[in-house]
Amino acid sequence: MLPPNFVATCKRHRVVLSIAFLIVFPLLMPFKAIAVNILIYGLFALGFNLMFGTLGLLSFGHAALFGAGAYACGIAIVHFGAPWWAGILGGTLGGMAIAALIGALAIRTRGIYFAMVTLALSQCVYFLAYQATAWTGGENGLRGVELSRIAAFGHSINFVDPLTRYYVVAFFVALALFILSRILASPFGAVLEAVRENEARARACGYDVRATRFMAFVISGGFCGLAGALQALHLSIVPIETLYYQTSGLVVMMALLGGMGTFFGPFVGAGVFLLLENLVSLWTVHWQLFVGAAFVACVLFFPRGIWGTLLMGRAK
Amino acid sequence: MEGLSLDLVVLQLFTGLALGAIYVLLALGMSLLFGMLTVVNFAHGAFYMLGAYVGIMLLGVGFNFWLCLLFVPLVVGSVGLLCERFLIRRLYGRGIDYPLLLTFGLSYIMVECVRIVFGTTGLQFDTPDALVGATDIGIGYFPTYRLFVIAVTFVVLGLLWLFLERTPYGLIIRAGARDPQIVRILGIDVARVWLVVFGIGTGLAALAGLLAAPLQGASPEMGNSILAEAFVVTVVGGMGSLVGAVIAGLLVGVVVAMTSLLAPEMAQVSIFALMAVVLLIRPQGFFGRAGLMS
Repeated sequence: MLPPNFVATCKRHRVVLSIAFLIVFPLLMPFKAIAVNILIYGLFALGFNLMFGTLGLLSFGHAALFGAGAYACGIAIVHFGAPWWAGILGGTLGGMAIAALIGALAIRTRGIYFAMVTLALSQCVYFLAYQATAWTGGENGLRGVELSRIAAFGHSINFVDPLTRYYVVAFFVALALFILSRILASPFGAVLEAVRENEARARACGYDVRATRFMAFVISGGFCGLAGALQALHLSIVPIETLYYQTSGLVVMMALLGGMGTFFGPFVGAGVFLLLENLVSLWTVHWQLFVGAAFVACVLFFPRGIWGTLLMGRAK
Repeated sequence: MEGLSLDLVVLQLFTGLALGAIYVLLALGMSLLFGMLTVVNFAHGAFYMLGAYVGIMLLGVGFNFWLCLLFVPLVVGSVGLLCERFLIRRLYGRGIDYPLLLTFGLSYIMVECVRIVFGTTGLQFDTPDALVGATDIGIGYFPTYRLFVIAVTFVVLGLLWLFLERTPYGLIIRAGARDPQIVRILGIDVARVWLVVFGIGTGLAALAGLLAAPLQGASPEMGNSILAEAFVVTVVGGMGSLVGAVIAGLLVGVVVAMTSLLAPEMAQVSIFALMAVVLLIRPQGFFGRAGLMS
């Protein structure tokens, strides 16, 4: 076992450790593209977890937030010739805007209905994007989100190089992680947990539960939108499937696999999920069978997820 | 609007009712599971898909369509029984989200298993010979098979109503939905009741899938988009309300059919627009208990 003061040291320097990990991470992965994928989906899962893990509302419509970010970024670049940073900003705002629209309706419901209503509304977004071929490319997806060089502060970076691309994405993910950890540590973060733990009591304390949920959903949309925008830049195309409900399911699986009650759990879940998908699809096309089985096993036996179980084991 | 005769509208109304009948069967099963077990079944679409494929399998070994109508719900319902007994039962009392997540994972497994057995491409499902063609319904000719779908749904509805309202088993099921603890104290094995209810719910989904197969063919993904639509129906009708499921199912079917007549590209979106309107005006749905949703 690890000595106890080692754990304490790790905890104290977790920001430095996280940054160090982000720097070394692509060198540990079989190929760089998967490292980028893990970062993007990790951020997406983190944004999702703000609703499920922190606020206790299970959303099955986060594909709409992720997809809105991807499409907003793609449309800004393809149709308006916007610079890359405007694409990323647009994606983040796009995610928040769609979250505000869906949230305004969905937070009228609670618990299980929230899952169903968010799912239905995200499907609505999917069909709308499917029809708006002039803007979204419809069934073929939005093509041509090309970005070969990034100019910032007088320097120009080659975005095609996998490792450089990784570090650009990692910069934004690290920034988002930092903002999210500040939000969770703020009084607002405490209110979120209060609403999850005891809604009636939070209301009795004078907090507007509905407004809190709405705010959280919009913030979650910002993180997911950013993840979507990075995804669009990474893939140089926005497939229509980004908005489909399978994407919502994917992020639920990742968050639960990793452990939704923890900060880094969703990230770990995204990593394990994508690595598992890659490994299994090497020897069978039916990887979904294994992923589904792993997920069912996780729900049955490890409801805290991988990261959560590890943390639990350490706490004992 | 020009070129839009009353006859055409009425015919489209019937098309909507046929589509609605499929929704009714799906939403009934879903509402039963939620009302009795408080399980939101995300694998409902997968059971629907399984219904179509088990139908193809049974037709392949020499069953006719009429026997399929009986055996498909039985076979798929048994699969549902196994899932409840060995997987979902472990999760009762662990929060409402866990059965939902479990059934979601289950749907992945079921869809992939069907892909392994039947391949990834969709299969055609022939309309049974006796139901090919169109019947004169007074205002014009209407596909016989769609009339048949409406008829079967109403027969199933009648049988289900008789079972729930007029038999001792139905009494136990209704009591179990109201207060499982009291029922348990009265010496009834509630776990067994829930098992049966799960079988009925999944069986109804399978029947819906079998009935839909001649209209749209069978593919492993056929349950995916209809799951969201079935959710809309249950939310509009009011979660857990069987009457609500029936009325909302037919209404959603008619709304889709009418929008496809007037603005085909908006047909899919209209379902969700309807839900948004209902949520704004009456968050608990038509027949849901007030306060259950918010």
